[in-house]
Amino acid sequence: MEKSNGAVEMAAQKDAVQKNLQFVGFMLGKEEYAFDIQAVQQIVKHMPITRVPKAPFYYKGMFNLRGSVLPVVDSHLRFGLPQEEATEASRIIILRHEDISMGFTVDRVTEVVTLGPDQIEKSQPVDGIDNQFVKGIGKLGARLLILLDLPIVLGIAN
Amino acid sequence: MDTSQYLSLFLEESMEHLQNLNQSMLELENDPDRLELLDQIFRSAHTFKGMSATMGFENLTHLTHKMENLLDRLRQKTLVLNADMINCLFKCLDTLEQMVNNIQEGGAGDLPVDELTAELIALEKGESVSSAAAAPAEAAPPKAEGKAEKKAAGPPEQMPLNDIELGLVIKAQEDKLFVWQILVKLDPSCVLKGVRAFMVFKKLEELGDVIKSLPSVQDIEDENFDMDIEVVLITQQNQSEVKNSLENISEVMVEKILAVSKDVEPVPDDIAMDMPSDAPEEPAASAAAAPAAAAPAPGPSASQPAAAAPAKAPAAHQTVAHQTVRVDIDRLDKLMTLAGELVTNKTRLEQINALSQLPELNETVEQINRITTDLQSVVQTVRMVPIESVFNRFPRMVRDLVKELGKEVNLIMEGKETELDRTVIDEIGDPMVHLLRNSLDHGVEMPNERTAAGKNPVGTVKLSAHHEGNNVVITVEDDGKGIDVNAIREKALRKEVVTPQQLAQMDDQTVLNLIFDAGFSTAEKVTDISGRGVGLDVVRSKIQGLNGMVSLDTKVGQGSVFTIKLPLTLAIIQALLVSVQDEIYAISLGNINETTNLDVDDIKDIQGQKVMVLRSKVLPLVFIKDVLDVPGDKARSELYVVVIQKGDQQFGLVVDELVGQQEIVISSLGKLLTGLPGIAGATTLGDGRVSMILDIGTLF
Repeated sequence: MEKSNGAVEMAAQKDAVQKNLQFVGFMLGKEEYAFDIQAVQQIVKHMPITRVPKAPFYYKGMFNLRGSVLPVVDSHLRFGLPQEEATEASRIIILRHEDISMGFTVDRVTEVVTLGPDQIEKSQPVDGIDNQFVKGIGKLGARLLILLDLPIVLGIAN
Repeated sequence: MDTSQYLSLFLEESMEHLQNLNQSMLELENDPDRLELLDQIFRSAHTFKGMSATMGFENLTHLTHKMENLLDRLRQKTLVLNADMINCLFKCLDTLEQMVNNIQEGGAGDLPVDELTAELIALEKGESVSSAAAAPAEAAPPKAEGKAEKKAAGPPEQMPLNDIELGLVIKAQEDKLFVWQILVKLDPSCVLKGVRAFMVFKKLEELGDVIKSLPSVQDIEDENFDMDIEVVLITQQNQSEVKNSLENISEVMVEKILAVSKDVEPVPDDIAMDMPSDAPEEPAASAAAAPAAAAPAPGPSASQPAAAAPAKAPAAHQTVAHQTVRVDIDRLDKLMTLAGELVTNKTRLEQINALSQLPELNETVEQINRITTDLQSVVQTVRMVPIESVFNRFPRMVRDLVKELGKEVNLIMEGKETELDRTVIDEIGDPMVHLLRNSLDHGVEMPNERTAAGKNPVGTVKLSAHHEGNNVVITVEDDGKGIDVNAIREKALRKEVVTPQQLAQMDDQTVLNLIFDAGFSTAEKVTDISGRGVGLDVVRSKIQGLNGMVSLDTKVGQGSVFTIKLPLTLAIIQALLVSVQDEIYAISLGNINETTNLDVDDIKDIQGQKVMVLRSKVLPLVFIKDVLDVPGDKARSELYVVVIQKGDQQFGLVVDELVGQQEIVISSLGKLLTGLPGIAGATTLGDGRVSMILDIGTLF
């Protein structure tokens, strides 16, 4: 985790000179969260997901994305948020980290937001979800986006 | 020069050369008379040296160079092969392999080689005195010795000829042709010496047949020679005609021309590759007779019986290279994936077709079906590799182990050409090594024990592979002491693998299978070779991971047979789809013995284990719903049972319904979900839904 924070800091410093960071924002319950846009491959509508027996509890299962079979993490289960029914607005964000691809369910995708380095707060504790998943808070006027640490969320780190 | 792009090629070829070297060395050890093997070894070592030098791996180059020196003296007959040399050369090969591995891991291959090179040099020098002195004394008849002296007194640089070449010489003399040994010198200022050499050869071919050249034609083509070329030419032209023709080429000097006579030459089967390719066939018969006629030659060749000659003649042919293309494994995998996707979509089309009832569609779907099947089998064949690549490393391993253990074992390998999917080949090596070590260490007895038991003191370990339907069956068989079932019973109790009650219910075969259980080793003493706590359970789990089975058959005092049964391919399998509540699972047909229906009322309960009676045998039942925590609670009065084989025992998997049989493509669950118990992977069904494939081995 420290390592990824360090990497973000370095990236942030570098970017401070020229360009800002982009994030894909989405809603889970009442909070808005965001993944670094670099990690987001595509966003698809909800589709049938097959349960994987004996998998860690937060896996919703496997689904077929145009021929390739990918695992899907249930965001609510992952963050210990109350379960909600899938709606028309529900989406699966396809994330990629190194050579691992995986789906991540969200209630609603908001928009792509651009944040300058000065708009990202690193060490502010958040209510609602376990702070280990959070690598920062993005401030966009009155909006607060919880920036997620991808490797931790996907259970890849350590 | 940046050589990094050639590194993978270098590594690949190095491994091939090492493999060849090991194999040739083993053959040479068994049959030191086959000197053409020395040539092969020399050539491999030489190429290896060249490659290493190009890539800048100094230590590799250094070591191979020293090996080459020793080998060269051996094949030049100035040294006699002995056990020390063989062992030393084997050590070199090991070191080379370690170096190559080191390079593969990103190192520079800089392992210390001083000791080995010192040993090589010592062998090349020190040993040579004693062995060279010993050889003629012990073996050569007086007549040969006389000849040897005469020859030694004669022209010093007479080229050695092998049987075939000698045969050619004899034949030429019978045909009243001249045989000249010609030493050509190129002018030291000559710039394009390769071209000059080529012109020399061109001229020589016009004059007659070149039966031998030093350095070899290959080396000359590669400009890998100094200014001297020595050839043996069969021609109608006399000495001065030849000399004049050659000296017409500028910058070329004919240093000397000698007549070659048939009875002065020793007969090492030497640089066979240097002969014109059409030469060996015709005189082969006379070559066989040659050593007898030419009288045994001095030195090492005296120990080479004339009878060996006919056998060697065909071996002198260069093995014809197969017409092959190296393809990146990734591309093959990609091809397989694409074929797999096609199969999935074909299944989908078939479903749509079944619903739509359109005759035209039906026709097309059938065509596609046929083409897909063909394509799939072609792709599968392309990925097939002979099991030879796994087997090849065993002779060497067995040799070393047997020496270490002080046993005598004859390794027989059958069915090396049996082909298996590459992915299976990659995985099968370790379990096979384990079984083989097991047989050598625990199976085959010490020679004195064997003699006492009235057996041949030399044990036999047989490795064989063959196809059986869609499976490959591999057996490791030894004629050793076998496994005592009662010893296993005792051990199982002592190690608390089973309770006495459980044991009482087990028949012999079930007890035998206990040796595949974790932490079970029957060796009385733990040796370095096997019994290091990593037992046969590893073998079993590995084989089961490949969707295969391993079983054991043994007779006390007569030996044991381990049988591995593996599917030909892992990527696309025939599977039975079953449903449990709302979920659908796939079970590989390879695991299934039969299916049957089951009335809920027929389920019996024996000591807490649900069973059914199938043809008057008790079949333990496993409920998928419980094992995999399938959600839903629809009750059914009639269920289905899929009878599967796990090890040597049958089980019934209870499911709600049988959906049908289908060809499925196995997808992995991804890195993060590997190793889930009971799940071998996922597959996409015809309707696009994903279904889990059950792994019988770890299901319960």
